[in-house]
Amino acid sequence: MIARLIAKRLGISILILFAVSLIIFFATALLPGDPARAILGQQATPERIAAINAEMNLDAPPWKRYLLWLGGLVTGDLGTSVASGESVGALLGDRLGASLLLMVIAAVIAIPIGLLVGIYSALRRGRTTDSAITIGSLVLAALPEFVIGIALVALFATSVFTILPAVTMRPPGTQVWDFPAQLVLPTIVLVLAVAPYIVRMTRATMIEVLDSGFVEMARLKGVPERRVIFRHALPHAIGPVAQVIAIQLAWLAGGVAVVEYLFRYPGLGQALIDAVTYRDVQVVQAVVMLIAVVYIVVNLLADVVGILSNPKLRTGGAR
Amino acid sequence: MTPQKTTPRRGAKTRTGSGAPMVEGSAWHTRVAADAPVLEVEDLEISTTAAPTQVIVSGVDLSLRPSEILALVGESGSGKTTVALAVLGHFREGLHRTAGSVTLHASTLVDPVEMTALDREVRRGLRGSRVAYIPQDPASSLNPSMRVGEQIREVLDIHAYGDDDAARAERVRDVLREVGLPDDDAYQRRWPHQLSGGQQQRIGIAMAFAMHPDVLVLDEPTTGLDVTTQALVLDTVRDLTIKHRVAALYITHDLAVVNEIADRVMVMQRGEVVEVGPVEQVLHDPQHPYSRTLIAAVPDLAGRNKIWEFEQRRRAGEFDPAEADDEPAESTANEPGTGGKEARVEVNEPARTTEAAHDDGVTLSIEDLRVAYGSNKVLKGIDLELQPAQTTLLLGESGSGKTTMARSIAGLNANWTGTIRHRGEALERSTRRRAAQQRKAIQYVFQSPYSSLNPRRTLEQSLSVPLEMTGEMTARQRRERVGDALDAVRLGREFARRRPGDLSGGERQRAAIARALVNMPEVLVCDEITSALDVSVQASIIDLLVRLREERGMTMLFVTHNIALARHIASRVAVLQQGVIVDEGTTEEILTNPTADYTKELLENAPDL
Repeated sequence: MIARLIAKRLGISILILFAVSLIIFFATALLPGDPARAILGQQATPERIAAINAEMNLDAPPWKRYLLWLGGLVTGDLGTSVASGESVGALLGDRLGASLLLMVIAAVIAIPIGLLVGIYSALRRGRTTDSAITIGSLVLAALPEFVIGIALVALFATSVFTILPAVTMRPPGTQVWDFPAQLVLPTIVLVLAVAPYIVRMTRATMIEVLDSGFVEMARLKGVPERRVIFRHALPHAIGPVAQVIAIQLAWLAGGVAVVEYLFRYPGLGQALIDAVTYRDVQVVQAVVMLIAVVYIVVNLLADVVGILSNPKLRTGGAR
Repeated sequence: MTPQKTTPRRGAKTRTGSGAPMVEGSAWHTRVAADAPVLEVEDLEISTTAAPTQVIVSGVDLSLRPSEILALVGESGSGKTTVALAVLGHFREGLHRTAGSVTLHASTLVDPVEMTALDREVRRGLRGSRVAYIPQDPASSLNPSMRVGEQIREVLDIHAYGDDDAARAERVRDVLREVGLPDDDAYQRRWPHQLSGGQQQRIGIAMAFAMHPDVLVLDEPTTGLDVTTQALVLDTVRDLTIKHRVAALYITHDLAVVNEIADRVMVMQRGEVVEVGPVEQVLHDPQHPYSRTLIAAVPDLAGRNKIWEFEQRRRAGEFDPAEADDEPAESTANEPGTGGKEARVEVNEPARTTEAAHDDGVTLSIEDLRVAYGSNKVLKGIDLELQPAQTTLLLGESGSGKTTMARSIAGLNANWTGTIRHRGEALERSTRRRAAQQRKAIQYVFQSPYSSLNPRRTLEQSLSVPLEMTGEMTARQRRERVGDALDAVRLGREFARRRPGDLSGGERQRAAIARALVNMPEVLVCDEITSALDVSVQASIIDLLVRLREERGMTMLFVTHNIALARHIASRVAVLQQGVIVDEGTTEEILTNPTADYTKELLENAPDL
C-alpha cells in the first residue's frame, strides 16, 4: 500500500520534472544573445561561429536541441559552459556540494529548533512567552534575509565584534568546509529565515491537536505529559508541518542565492547569478534544473512523511 | 511499582483473584466494609477563569458506592460533562473549581484523597487506574495513529500493571475478551479506523477497565450507536461494574438508557442538581418540573408519552413552561397571540390549493432505486410509495443507506438508477435538471442545524434564497412569505433579522425547517433532523412536524435511526438494512407484528421507559 502510494507520487514527480525541463529549455532559448558570439568575443569570424554552432548543435531545430539536452541531462552530461568553455558538470560539482552543505546544516539546526519552539509556544498558548514567540517569529519572517545578514555582519564581523569572517575566502584546491568559521554567519541567516515559518506552523497544528478528543483522553488515562505531547499529539502535527518544512527547504535551494551573494559564498546561487550575468545559458539551465530537482525531492519526502504519519492513508482507509 | 509515591502505604500489596492491584487495608476497603461511598463530591462549584466569571456548576453533591451506577441526566450545556471530568480532577481550558471537594477512596492508597487539590503526578497516577473515563465519541477519542492493542497496553504500562510484560500482554487479552472483542494479535494490531463504531467504543471500555478501576465515569458512551450495539455496550458495562465492584457515574440525556442501566438518577439543569433519587421514583414520580419536562419528552415505543402534544401540554402548564425551554428567547416567540395564529391561516391558503391537485394515488413512488459507489452497493433496489399527507418513517442504522436514499429522492445525489415518480411523473436524477415546480415540491431538511445554515446570513437572507430561484415574487412578497414560514415554525417573524449564531440548536432546526417550507412543498424529506438535539427540543420539533403535516397536508419522509419515534410521528414505517427494505407497512403492523428478524431485533433492543 505504502509502496504503491509512494510510487504514484514518484511518477508524478518525474512528470513534473519533465514539464519543468521543457519550460526551462524553451524559456532560456528565448534569451537574447548568440552563444557562439559570446564565446568567441573579439575573435568572432563567420567561419568560427559556424564551427561552434555545428559543434554545439546550435543550428539544429529547437526540438532536436531539446532532445539532445534532455538526453545529456539524463546521462549526466550537462553540456559546456559558454563563458569558460569548461564542462558544466565540473563547474557546478564543487558549488553544488558547498550549497548542499549550507542547506543541510541550516535544516538540521532550524527544524528541531522550529519544532521545539512551536510546541512550547502551543503549550503556553495565550501567555506572555507565547506572545513573545509569536511576535519574534513574525518579525523575523517579515525581515528580508539580506537585512538579517547585513545586521549580523555588522554585529559579529565588522562594526561591533570582529570575531567572525564577513565573507568566504576559498583558496583554490580547498573546500568550504575547511574553514568552519566562515560557515557560521551564512548558516545563522538561513536558520533565522527558515525557522519562524516552522515555528508558526507547528504552533498552529499543535494547538489544534492538543484540543482533540484523543489528547484529552490520553491525559485522562494518566499518560505523562511528555508522552502526551511526543507520542500522542506530535505525530498528528507532523504531516502539515512536514509540508511547510519542505517548502522552506526548497526555498533554501533557490533563496540561498541572496545569502551566498551577500557572503560571497561559492555555491550554486553564486553560480546562477554569474551565469545570468554572462548569458551562460547552459549553466543557467543546469542550475535551474538542479533547483527544481531539490524542490521536487523535498516535497516528495514531505508527502512520504505525511503518508507514514497517517495510518488511514497507509492502510487505504478501508474498514 | 505503583505511582503513588507520596502517600505512605500500610500492609503488603496484594492482588485480588482477578489480578487487580490493591493494598490491604486501603481507604477503599475501609469504605466497602462500612458500606459507605467510595467517591464523594461535596458542594462542588466550577466557574470560568476569564472575567467576567460565570458559575458553570454549583452546589453539586453526589456519592457513589461500589457496583452502583448513578446516572447523571440533563441537556447539553447543563454541566454534566464538567462534573464528570471534575471527578478525575480535570477541568477543561478556561474552567476551574471555586468551591467544594471531590474525595476518592482508592484501593491502592491508605488515605482518602482530594482529586481537585492533588499533586499533579499523584493525580496522574490515579487517572486511568483508580478513576477511569469512557468518552462520548470513541471515533475522536482513540488516537488514530496508534494500534488499538497498543492503546490498551499503554494504560497498563503507565500504571505499571503486574510484574512483567507477559502479565500485561495477558491482561490486554483478558480485557478484550471481557468486552466481547477478539483477543488475537491480528486484532490488536488494527488501527481505530478499521473498527466499527461499536467496536471502537468497546476498545474505550477495555481501556477503562484494564487497570480494575474503583470508579468509572462514562460520558454518554452510547450516543451515536445503533440500538443493537447500544444494548451490547450497556450489558458489558453493567456486567463489568458488578463483577469488579466498580462504582460508576453514567452521564446521558437518554432517559430510556437510564431506565436500563442505572440504580439512581440525578437530574441537572443549568449547572445545578434539581432532583436525585432511585430510578423508579425519578422516572415514574418525578418531583421537579424540569424532570417532568424531560420525561414527557422521551419518545416511547408504545406511544403513550404523546410527544406530539408536547408543546400543548407544556403550555397547559403540565410542567413549568419557563423551565422547559431550550432557550428563554424562544418562549416569547412561542407565546400564543404573537400573530402566529393569523399568519398560519394565510399560510394555509396556497397549501390547500396544492392539496386539491393531489391525485388519489401516491405522491411519490420509488421503483428499483439503486446506488453504488464503485463496487460498494449502497442501495440494492428500493421500492417504496409515499402516500399523500402521511409521514413515513425510514428506519435504519448508520451505513444502511438511508441518507443516500433521502438524498436521491431530493435529487441531491444524482448517482442513482431506477425510477422515482412524483404524482406519476418520472423525476430527473438531479435537482438541476428537474422542473422548477418539481424542485419546489420536494424539500429537504438536513441533519445538523449547525452546518446547514450559512452563519453569515440572516435568517431572512437564507430563507429568501429558494424564493429568489423561481423569480416570481417581488421583494415584498418574499419578505412576507419568509415571515409566514417563520411564524409557521413557531419562531415568529421577528427572527428574520437574526443570524444562526444567536440561535439555540432547536431554533436553528426550526429555521432550517422554515427554509424548506417557504416554497410550500408537497413532500418534506427530513434526514435525522432531531438526532443532534436534546430530547425536549426533539419533542417540540416532532410536535411541530405533526402539526405542519396536519395543517398543510404535506407528505413526509422522516429518516431516523430511532425506532421509538415511530408512533410519535409516522403512520407508516419502512425498515432499511444494508440497502434493502426488509420490512414495510403501517406503524401498527411493524411495531406489533414485524416480519423481518432485523426489525424484531431492533424492537427487542430498544430501551424503554
